[in-house]
This record gives sequence, structure tokens and C-alpha cells, in this order.
Amino acid sequence: MKNFEEAARYHEEFIKGLWKENPVFVAVLGMCPALAVTNTAINGLAMGGATLFVLTFSSLLVSSFRRYIPKEVRITTFVIIIATFVTIVDFLLQAFLPAIHKELGAFVALIVVNCLILGRQEAFSFKNPIRLAMVDALGMALGFTFALFCLGAIREILGNGSLFGVSLFGPSFEPWIVMILPPGGFLSLGFLLLFFNWLKQRKEQKQSLVYLADTVAEVAEKNEGIIYLKRGV
Amino acid sequence: MAADLLWIFISAMIINNFTLYYFLGLCPFFGVSDRISTALRMGMANVFVLLITAFCAWFLNTYVLSHAPYLRLISFIIVIASTVQFVEMAIKKMSPVLFKALGIFLPLITTNCAILGLALFATNKGYGLLEGLVYALGAGGGLTLALVIMAGIREESKLLEIPKVIEGTALNLIIAGILSMAFMGFAGLFSTS
Repeated sequence: MKNFEEAARYHEEFIKGLWKENPVFVAVLGMCPALAVTNTAINGLAMGGATLFVLTFSSLLVSSFRRYIPKEVRITTFVIIIATFVTIVDFLLQAFLPAIHKELGAFVALIVVNCLILGRQEAFSFKNPIRLAMVDALGMALGFTFALFCLGAIREILGNGSLFGVSLFGPSFEPWIVMILPPGGFLSLGFLLLFFNWLKQRKEQKQSLVYLADTVAEVAEKNEGIIYLKRGV
Repeated sequence: MAADLLWIFISAMIINNFTLYYFLGLCPFFGVSDRISTALRMGMANVFVLLITAFCAWFLNTYVLSHAPYLRLISFIIVIASTVQFVEMAIKKMSPVLFKALGIFLPLITTNCAILGLALFATNKGYGLLEGLVYALGAGGGLTLALVIMAGIREESKLLEIPKVIEGTALNLIIAGILSMAFMGFAGLFSTS
């Protein structure tokens, strides 16, 4: 029984980052990288992967040392830990994927100031055991990667007519160049959020309509007796 | 020389605007842009921190990091954050008026992405002290410009009837997108022949 509860807890912490508390679409955190490098799907994935690496290892370290880090200097400690892993991932990308490193440029180094990572350390890893912190970090990072991939794919498809560099529509397609330029980042995230708001509003309206119909039916049921009485008179 | 500096200034401020072209400093851009007066003070605080940053970055690059380039990120963050805090204390002591105007914003921006971004870009471009300071001034001016324009639009939009579904972040992002498109027009300001 206890095992089952524990598993449910892990599952919940993992799944929340993917959709319900998605860092980009719901919490709107880490917008710099989410908008700056998502001009193609592959760049979005690469940035997501780099963030995943940094977030997971930072969470691991912060969570394992949480009893030894003095509370007064915790933020500074988090920043130093994060900066260390960002330096590592910067050098790794430079060594193994130089083309992508060149594309992402200074934005790899700027992962340090991604508020998502510092936020998870402060809100979760510093207070929870290692395994739970890892699960939370993985969920959040995967949610972030998913959001970046969506943005990158949308912008690449509209702005370049291709996905992962493969042309989709043939030569007659007129690319919508503004989408791979900076304004496209703002606009595509803006319209995506608008779409999610609309979905949410529609769901709420539907629920309130169902509620209204239920109440009407209930009231009608209660009043039925009275109506029959009146008719009888 | 002067022409080079002017070019650095204009390009950092308008053409490659930090907020609208590089997406740096978006948190203050969306967070404190609901009134022009606040936005202006936030912009000024940004200029101030950016100038300190440019100096720190130049100092570290010239005297310290040539021996240990892999410590760049960590040392940038720590040195910039502590210098800003130090200067903040000095201002508090020497000029309470200035502190009152900028004070509450300083802790918020000590290490936002615009600050670290400036340090990294200035390093990548190999700027010296004077160029770095001018670059910081241009970047700060650009941030202030974007913040004030955004605040102006948002002040006006409070008087409008906005559908509930688009209110909040979605609307701000779309406004920012249109602003960014407008700033793209400056790209042809100087032909790069």
C-alpha cells in the first residue's frame, strides 16, 4: 500500500511538469531561451537537451547537499552549482556538436539565468529527497523541451516550410520569413497561449453549462409535483 | 574612432535591441511595464547596472580570465552581483534620493539575462573598456526605450475593452511581437557595405 502511494507521488511530480505546470506554456518561465533559439525544431530540441542536463544534475547536487547548505547563502550556492554545469554543457556542445553550439551562441551560457532552473532548486530540490527531486527535474525539463520543440517546429514549418531541415511543401510554398526572425518568436508563443486560453475558457463554459442544465433539471424535478397539483386544480 | 563608438551605440540601442531582438531582460519587460514612470526608473536602473557590468567584464577579461577561461561564467555572475550590491550600499549612504528612485529595482536585476548577456556579448566581440561602456549605454538605452514604449501601450490598453481570452501574457507577447517587427525596420538604417 505504501509503495503504491509512493509510486503515485512520483508519477504526479513527474507528470505535472509535462502539461499541468508546463514551465513555458503555463508558468511562462525561461522565456529568453524559449524565444531566442527556437527558430528551428532542432535548435529547440538542443536547447531543451542542454537545459535538461543542467537542471537534472543541479537538482541532484542541491538535493544531496541540502542539509549542508546554509540557508542564508543558498541562492548563491545554487547559482554556482548551476554555472558549473552550464560551463560543462557549453564545453561538451563545443566539442561534440560544434555546428549546434555555433547556432545557439551565447544562449548556451545564458542557461545560467534561466529562472526555471533556479526556481526548481529553490521551490523543490532544496526541500525534497534526491529521488523525488530528480523526478521533478526530469519532468520539468522534459516539459520545457517539449514546449521548445513545439515552438521551434511551428516557426520552422511556417517560416521555412520545412521540419528538421526536410522540405514539406515543395517549391511552390512561399515561406513566412518573419516567423524565423525575432518577431515570430513573440507572435507564435503569444498565439499559442491565446489558443490554450481559448481551450480553457471553452472547457469552463461547457462545465458551467452542464452545471446549469443539471440545476434546471433538478429544480424541474422538484417542482413537478407542484405543477401537477396546479393542473389538478 | 568616434564613428565606431556611435555605430556600437546605435546598433545596440535600436537595430539589435536587447529586448526585442535578443529576447534578453524579458522578465522586467513584461513584469514592470504597466506604468511609464515605473518603466522609466526600471530602465535607468538597468543602464546603471549594465555600466557596472561592462566595467567588471572588461576588468575580469583583461586581468583575471586570461589564465582561466573556464571560470568565465561563474566569475562573471559572482563579481557582477557583488559589485552591484556594493555600489548599492554606497549609493544608499551617499545619495538617498537616487537610492529611492532606483533602489528597489537593483536586487531584481543584478543577474537577469540582459546583464549576463551584455557581459558575454562584449567578451565575444572583444570590446575594450571604452567600447564596452558605450555598448552598455546603448543596450541600456534600448532596454529603456522598449520598456517605455511597452508601458505606454499598456497604459492606453487599460482603457480598452479587451476580450477576456487574450488578456495577460498572450496580449503582451503579441504586442511585443508587433513592436519587434517595427524595430526590424531599423535594420536598413546603415547599409553594411
